[in-house]
Amino acid sequence: MFRFLSGFGSYWMLLGRVFAKPEKHSIYYRQTMKELVSLGLRSIGIVTIISFFMGAVITLQTAYNTENPIYPTYLIGLGARDSIILEFSSTIVALILAGKVGSNIASEIGTMRVTEQIDALELMGVNSASYIILPKVVASVLFNPFLTLISIITGITGGWIVGTSAGVITSQDYIYGIQYAFIPYYITYSLIKTVVFAFIITTVSAHQGYNVEGGSLEVGRASTKAVVYSSVTILLFNVILTQMLLS
Amino acid sequence: MIRAERISKSFGDRRVLTDISAVFEPGKTNLIIGKSGSGKTVFLKCLVGLLEVDEGELYYDNVLFTGLDFRGKKEIRQQMGMLFQGSALFDSMTVEENVRFPLDMFTTMSYQEKLDRVNFCLDRVHIVNSNRLFPSELSGGMKKRVAIARAIALKPRFLFCDEPNSGLDPKTSIVIDELIREITVELSMTTIVNTHDMNSVMENGEKIIFIEEGEKCWEGNKNEILKSDCRILNEFVFANALARQLKDSSG
Repeated sequence: MFRFLSGFGSYWMLLGRVFAKPEKHSIYYRQTMKELVSLGLRSIGIVTIISFFMGAVITLQTAYNTENPIYPTYLIGLGARDSIILEFSSTIVALILAGKVGSNIASEIGTMRVTEQIDALELMGVNSASYIILPKVVASVLFNPFLTLISIITGITGGWIVGTSAGVITSQDYIYGIQYAFIPYYITYSLIKTVVFAFIITTVSAHQGYNVEGGSLEVGRASTKAVVYSSVTILLFNVILTQMLLS
Repeated sequence: MIRAERISKSFGDRRVLTDISAVFEPGKTNLIIGKSGSGKTVFLKCLVGLLEVDEGELYYDNVLFTGLDFRGKKEIRQQMGMLFQGSALFDSMTVEENVRFPLDMFTTMSYQEKLDRVNFCLDRVHIVNSNRLFPSELSGGMKKRVAIARAIALKPRFLFCDEPNSGLDPKTSIVIDELIREITVELSMTTIVNTHDMNSVMENGEKIIFIEEGEKCWEGNKNEILKSDCRILNEFVFANALARQLKDSSG
């Protein structure tokens, strides 16, 4: 319990330093652009592949579980659309990014800590927490909503291609289903969750990396902890946000 | 000038430094020597403010450093340069970007002015045609020299070196020692070097402080160290057989 409270306290203290006034805006802007490429653009591939197959599986499973003739077949498209928008493209993609981006952030910052690069920044009079972490937070919070939109589009497309290829639904029914009773707010809900999850992934992982003590073994442990803590926090906030935004 | 008065530091129940006082003069290479684990690095980190002291006071040119707030310390830190044990170059930056970093962060110089300064510093440490290389492409000695170039980019008044010769062959160590000594005189800096390399001590030891188990045991210079009757110091200085033979043969 003491360790949890101590960790929680140090997390908030670190955030206080991260969001202090930046020393030189031009340098922070340049760093943010680098992070957009590193954390955002380089995640498009994995998000696209996973979303395509996720959409395909959701469509097939919905089809095989709604074979009762009283259900119109367009419900398969509707079910796939709502599952993808409400849950899969925000939460599942966030969990995948917690693995990819979270471990990357923790190990990068942890290595900087054990090789004294963070000490070097501090010695120069640079706010190391802000210089290293803020651009990552800003880049993820700005770019992850685009990843979610890409995931939604790719997931629905995957469901359409595989559903029609497997013969579980016609193209017309699927397209009718994904347009039927569409609630635009669901997209907003999904994007709000994505922004919160992006913040959680970057800050929780950065906190783990920033406080590494020791050597490469501890960096590896911090990387694992970053993924676990980010994932658990995402799942917790998924419940809270769903209750807040959809009730 | 840097003045440390009765510096003490503990980690939990473990006392690492006890009542260390010392004066480090400008234009001189001041050495802190001692065995591994004696508290040298902790003392150096206390001096630069990377670790908070539990007791005692630190003065930089008569300004009480330990009494300053974050902003005050930041101003003094911009007059410091430090060569870390592992060089601490930024992995994601090229040699040129590493040396330019403090200039980018704290000056309003134009790009060309910064580039000129970077090239001057790299030239000073004898690094040529390596601006576009990354730290992973450099040898240990080159990394140290680039780290020195970065440390002097802002023309610091205080230079700190933590084990500058660790991991280097004897010949490269001498090159680094000479560089540190020359730069110290050129820029009239107050330089403090943490080392347990006796070659460095005999080359650069204008002022030497010997620390044993967190306490200052001896203070002097490279001429006095050979004649000292401090038993613990002699065990450290004449630790190897060759040194003992030389001492015996010289009487």
